Parts: sequence; structure tokens; C-alpha cells
Amino acid sequence: MTDTTTSPPTLPERDYLRFLSEGRFMLQRSRSSGQYVFYPRVAEPRTGATDLEWVEASGMGTVYATTVMRQRPPTPNYNVALIDVAEGPRMMSRVEGIDPEAVRIGMAVKARIERNGEACIVVFHPVEGQNAAQAGDTK
Amino acid sequence: MKDGFPRGQAAIVGAATYGIGESPGLESIDLAVHASVKALAQAGLNPADVDGLFVCLPQDFLSGLSLSEYLGIHPKVTDNNRTGGSAFLTHLFWASVALATGQCEVALIAYGSNQRSGAGKLVSAQKAPYFEAMYRPMMPVAAYALAASRHMHQYGTTREQLAEVAVSARQWANKNPEAFMRGPLSIDDVLAARMVADPLSVRDCCLVTDGAAAIVLTRADRARDHAKRPVHVLGAAAATTHSSIVAMEDLTVTAARESGQRAFAQSGYGPADIDLVELYDAFTINTILFLEDLGFCPKGEGGRFVSGGRIAPGGTLPVNTNGGGLSCVHPGMYGLFTLVESTQQLMGLAGERQIANAKLALAHGNGGTLSSQVTAILGTAETL
Repeated sequence: MTDTTTSPPTLPERDYLRFLSEGRFMLQRSRSSGQYVFYPRVAEPRTGATDLEWVEASGMGTVYATTVMRQRPPTPNYNVALIDVAEGPRMMSRVEGIDPEAVRIGMAVKARIERNGEACIVVFHPVEGQNAAQAGDTK
Repeated sequence: MKDGFPRGQAAIVGAATYGIGESPGLESIDLAVHASVKALAQAGLNPADVDGLFVCLPQDFLSGLSLSEYLGIHPKVTDNNRTGGSAFLTHLFWASVALATGQCEVALIAYGSNQRSGAGKLVSAQKAPYFEAMYRPMMPVAAYALAASRHMHQYGTTREQLAEVAVSARQWANKNPEAFMRGPLSIDDVLAARMVADPLSVRDCCLVTDGAAAIVLTRADRARDHAKRPVHVLGAAAATTHSSIVAMEDLTVTAARESGQRAFAQSGYGPADIDLVELYDAFTINTILFLEDLGFCPKGEGGRFVSGGRIAPGGTLPVNTNGGGLSCVHPGMYGLFTLVESTQQLMGLAGERQIANAKLALAHGNGGTLSSQVTAILGTAETL
């Protein structure tokens, strides 16, 4: 087998985290199907296409589901949410900038990369002046 | 191709639990063996008679081998299949096929866990993937809370309706001397309990207990030699949709829809024929989702369906008659207990909680985070 492309092989987890450490939120997209893939993989689900390329995410998303992880005081509670990103895939994240209890399904949110000790993670913040209806709730 | 499930050809002839609640000093495998010899004795059998072994223990990924050795047997069929808490209903499916096709004569399905005495908390069989772990979700409760948030948003399901599930389970547990949590529980108690993951309070969550269970199956033609009222496997079907909750397409629809349809079709019966339902109630939302997906009420109606004591003692549909994972027992994986309780009910051995004239039961297992769904339809000889 000869690799006819010049790009290095995809290392899903390592590549994703390296991009984040460089300040970039990247998704994968299949060259043949045009479909976006998240979480990162070596092959597209169902088709098995291995022509996945990394593309920068728009960062726009909508809250699909939300919960609050209750902690024993004084540890603060925090949000865990599923976000439908504009490109199609769904990811786990949290919504910051508002109380964890105030996060609502259908809320329009935008990604931000946050340094978390050594690692970097994608979190989301509410988009100012937008509500669920404008964001288009993905029922 | 036609579904060739061997309807009714395998039958449960023994079913037992052991060590429900706290069993300090015993390892998980010790508990599983206690339940196994109890279930075998009920059928007049010894470990040496077992030639088909189906098991998964919490932290032993080769438990098919270790339990064989412990029992001193050399099984022809050793199945260590793990689909999460539904594993034992998956085992039931394969045991039925193995018995019907002559691959084994006596099948034992066993489980035991000392997670309460041993670890003091839920022992998870799976490490969270990195794309989840970085957000510190408390798993599995976070996944079920997310599903509940979605069900409330789409269908107007309320916390009071979720609480109805916990209260009904407690009322059944109060009729079961083996149940770990007994005593009064009101809807207000559930609502006022410590929140764990919104909208779920600690009373919306299953127990963390020790416990073991086992069932023994033979082919139907020799089942009457081992049990007065053998319990026939009329249908068993599985479906898997995802592992991480991130990959579940619609958090309000589980693969129970598919497993249930296939199991009912194999059995020749439908939801209206079922006398009792044993569902994997790790969280209150599970009962609502599975009642919908298995066809007992329309999608979205589960919250209203469970209200007013409909699934509690005296209600029209008995659900989780042992008290369920919420009030009876939940040693990490609950699936096998749905089969034991179904069997005890159909054999007429359920004491104060016995459903009169019970002939048909539905047992349903859930694995992962609503990921694996397995449905079994069980019936007495009259239902064949």
C-alpha cells in the first residue's frame, strides 16, 4: 500500500488536542461525502471512508440537552451540556458565562477555547441577543 | 430471512438471588456462586450438570473462565458477553439458541457484585472517553439527566412524574422482604432529596448495593423434570445504538423500540397481553422511556402514564414488582434481577407481592448509557 497523499496519517485524539493547544477548534470532514465527523476518528461512520480532513469549526452551536453536576459545597456546581454544532455533529461540553442552572435547551452558543491546566478544551458561551427561536431549536 | 428464534424451546427452571444489600467479606465471585448453587438446587441440579455458562462479573473480564474453574466445571459453551447491565438478557438470548440447537443441556446465567461493601460506590465497567472526560460528567447519571432534560423539554414531563416512578418502586419494595430500601417515600420526599444531576435527585437514582443473581435453563422437553412451573423464553431480542451519550441520535428514543418489537413478534404477544413488566430502572427516566419504547404508551406519554399509581401495587400495570434498581437492589449491573423477578412471579413464588394468575412477563435490560437494549418475553406453559 502506497500513501499517495503527502499529509501525515490522522491520529484522532492527539491531533484534536494538539489543534486545541494551538487555539484551533477543528472538526473532521470526509472529502468524498462532505459530512462532518465528531468525535475524531480514523474512518467516517457507516461509509468507512478514510478521507477525513481537519477543518476549522465555525464555533456556532445550539444546546441540545443540559444538566448541572451538583457538588458538595464549597465546590461550585458546573454545567454539562450536549451541543449540536452548526456543521452537524453533537459534542459534550459545558456552557459558561451564566449560572449552570440557567442554561436552556435551544440556546444559541459560541465556542471558546479554554486553558484547563496543561490541556485545552472547547467550552461554549451564550450568544448575546439571541434566543432559542432565532437559533432554531433542533427538536 | 424469517426470525427463527426458538420460541418457547428453552425454559428457566431455577432462579435465585443472594446477598442483596450488604455482604461484607465476600468477593463478587463468591456471591455469584452462592446465587448459582441456590438456583441449581431449586432445579434439583448441581454445578457438575452445567455445560453452558454465561456470566460477567464487574471487574473480571475473563469471568467465564474464573467461574468455570470455581464451580469445577468444563462447559462446552462459555459466554462472557458484556453489553453493560443488559448483558444477562443478551446471555438469555444466546442460551436459548444454544439449548435449542443442542449446543448444551443445562445453561447457567450468573452475576454477583460486592460493590457496596467493596468499593462503596458504583464500579464502572468502562473508562470515559477523552472527549467526555474533559468535561467531568458524573457518569452514568449525567447521561440519564441529559435524556431527562430532553424528555421534559419535548414532552412536558415533570419532576413529579419522574418521582412517581420512584414512589411506585418503593411501594413494591415494601412488599419484598429482600429489598434494601423499605419504608415510606412520597413524591415530595423525592423532590426535596439532594439534587445529583438536574433534574435527577438522589431518589431518582438507583441504589448502590451488593447482590447476586442466577438463573438456570434447560430445553423445554425436560424442563418439567426440574420445575413445577417452568418459565419459557418466548422471545428475546437485542439492539445497540451507541456507547457514549454524545452519539445517541435522539435522547428520547431508545433501541428498546426495536428490541421490543422483535421480541414481541417472536412471542406472538403484544403489550396488552403482558401481566407484569420488569424494567432496568437505573434512573426514574428509564422506566418512562422504556414503557414508551416497548409500546405500553405512546412516545411522550410516559410521564402521564406512570402517574396516579398506575405502575404501583394496585395499579393496572405492575412494573418492577421487586422494588427495582431504585429500591430493591442495584449491584452495578441489574439486568439479571429482571429475569429472576419475572421467573419468581410466573412460578408463583413472589409472596406478598405476587401478581395473581401471572402468565406473561416482559423483562428488559439496559446497558451503557441507554446504549444496549435487550427485551425478553417470558411465559408459563399455558402461553406456549
